[in-house]
Amino acid sequence: MRARSGRSAASEIMTLLDPRWLRALCLLSVCLLPVSLALAQAKAAPGSESILAGVLRWLPLVFSGFLFNLLVSVLSMALGTALGVGLGLGLIARGTPTRVMSLGAMQFFRNAPWLVLLFYAMFLIPYQITLFGRTVPFPDWIKAVIGLALPVMANISEIVRGGVLSIPAGQWESARGLAFTRRQILWLVIIPQAVRRMIPPWMNLYATLTMATPLISIVGVQDGLTMTRSALVAEGRPELFLPMYLALLIMFFAFCYPVALTTRALERRFEAQT
Amino acid sequence: MSGVAEWFRWLNSAHGINLSIFYDGFDQRRFVTGLETTLGLSLACVLASFALGVLGAWLQGSRSPLVRGGVRCYVEFFRNTPPLVQLLFFYFAVGTLLPTLPDGTAGGRPLISNVGWAIISLSLFAGAHNVEIFRSGIEAVPRAMREAAEALGHSRLQIFRLIVFPLAFRISLPAFNNNLVNLVKTTTLAYAIAVPELLYASAQIWSESFNVKEMMNILLLVYLALIALVVWGMAWLERRLRIPGYSV
Repeated sequence: MRARSGRSAASEIMTLLDPRWLRALCLLSVCLLPVSLALAQAKAAPGSESILAGVLRWLPLVFSGFLFNLLVSVLSMALGTALGVGLGLGLIARGTPTRVMSLGAMQFFRNAPWLVLLFYAMFLIPYQITLFGRTVPFPDWIKAVIGLALPVMANISEIVRGGVLSIPAGQWESARGLAFTRRQILWLVIIPQAVRRMIPPWMNLYATLTMATPLISIVGVQDGLTMTRSALVAEGRPELFLPMYLALLIMFFAFCYPVALTTRALERRFEAQT
Repeated sequence: MSGVAEWFRWLNSAHGINLSIFYDGFDQRRFVTGLETTLGLSLACVLASFALGVLGAWLQGSRSPLVRGGVRCYVEFFRNTPPLVQLLFFYFAVGTLLPTLPDGTAGGRPLISNVGWAIISLSLFAGAHNVEIFRSGIEAVPRAMREAAEALGHSRLQIFRLIVFPLAFRISLPAFNNNLVNLVKTTTLAYAIAVPELLYASAQIWSESFNVKEMMNILLLVYLALIALVVWGMAWLERRLRIPGYSV
């Protein structure tokens, strides 16, 4: 009943990484960036500092902001996954009230726009909570992590439900025949098999979440996009807009594209096996 | 109508639930304008992204590897970068490169307004997803169908227009619907470049009428209603376009 173990997941993913994303990245940076730099240079006032120097000065700051985006994406994903697994199990619970309530929560958080949920979390979560006489502060960025985790939770719950339902009924029946309890069947038989099928959509969701993290700059958390915008304000040179925004786009692309490629490779592999 | 307004005024004074959009004419107009803008933005983006998706899917079947590579680059770039940064990139970076139209003021009027950029940027983003969705639909159309059409003497464009695409569209309809829902949700990003859509209008209302909580809830409910409408409409379309024997 157990899925075959084989090589470790990490090495499996490494072998799936093909050099295509490297090629794409090179293409982007080799073609687009110089073009944008040349365009910007043409627009610049004669005698001013070169565009390249201006971009290079701010790149480390923007990159550190981008790393913060990644940190937020990892934290939101962890929180969203933990909550989503719970909600997903609620979706397949046998008790009708649990199921209906979970379904309502799933539909609500899945269909509301991410930005609106983010606003919701930013405004309605208090900036500090007093628990047992201890005051725990809630800085903005933690509220943003929670705000992004809400839609992630709803999407994860749907992935969990889909994964569990995709396991043939025979697995349930044979496990029941061996006198496992429902909880044992779920945790020892069904979920270990379902996890493999949940990995590609889970990674897809992670890429979507990473691309949604710049939203936190709208609600006032300082991320890579905020850094880009403040650098541009500090420079006050409109011709820098094009290369700077492009640089930020390329950072995200360099991170999200390999994730997408790996997801596709995993999907193909699982399709071929089943 | 005034009875409703009276009731909401009473609700505010008696219970402190301030739903100003129901009794304050100014807030109401702003909210309705926001709703109209969101609807218009969604509709424009749906049409443009659909056209982009069809065009991209057609070009991906091209014989020239250069055209295919170009479409691939477009799809991968727009699918793997944040839509918000794309929007700002278009509005601030590309927008400043374009010439301005003289309108009597010092700076002049930009060639493309913020609403225009929102439509362009969101359509390009959703269009990239549509290309991918339609491509997988086209791959699912049986080869024999195309061969039979070729044998009947149809041209490449005729085959795509009359035979392959209608079938592919029906096959990819569920994924397309998903993308539509996402697109409607993504229109909130236009907030970032001050397009007066629903979220922007609501933010203006709650910062002036001090009713963040109430407006937030209204906003969520309105978006859920909008999404529900889209989902129902598309489910109806899916049933109407069902192809017997195709299991879709």
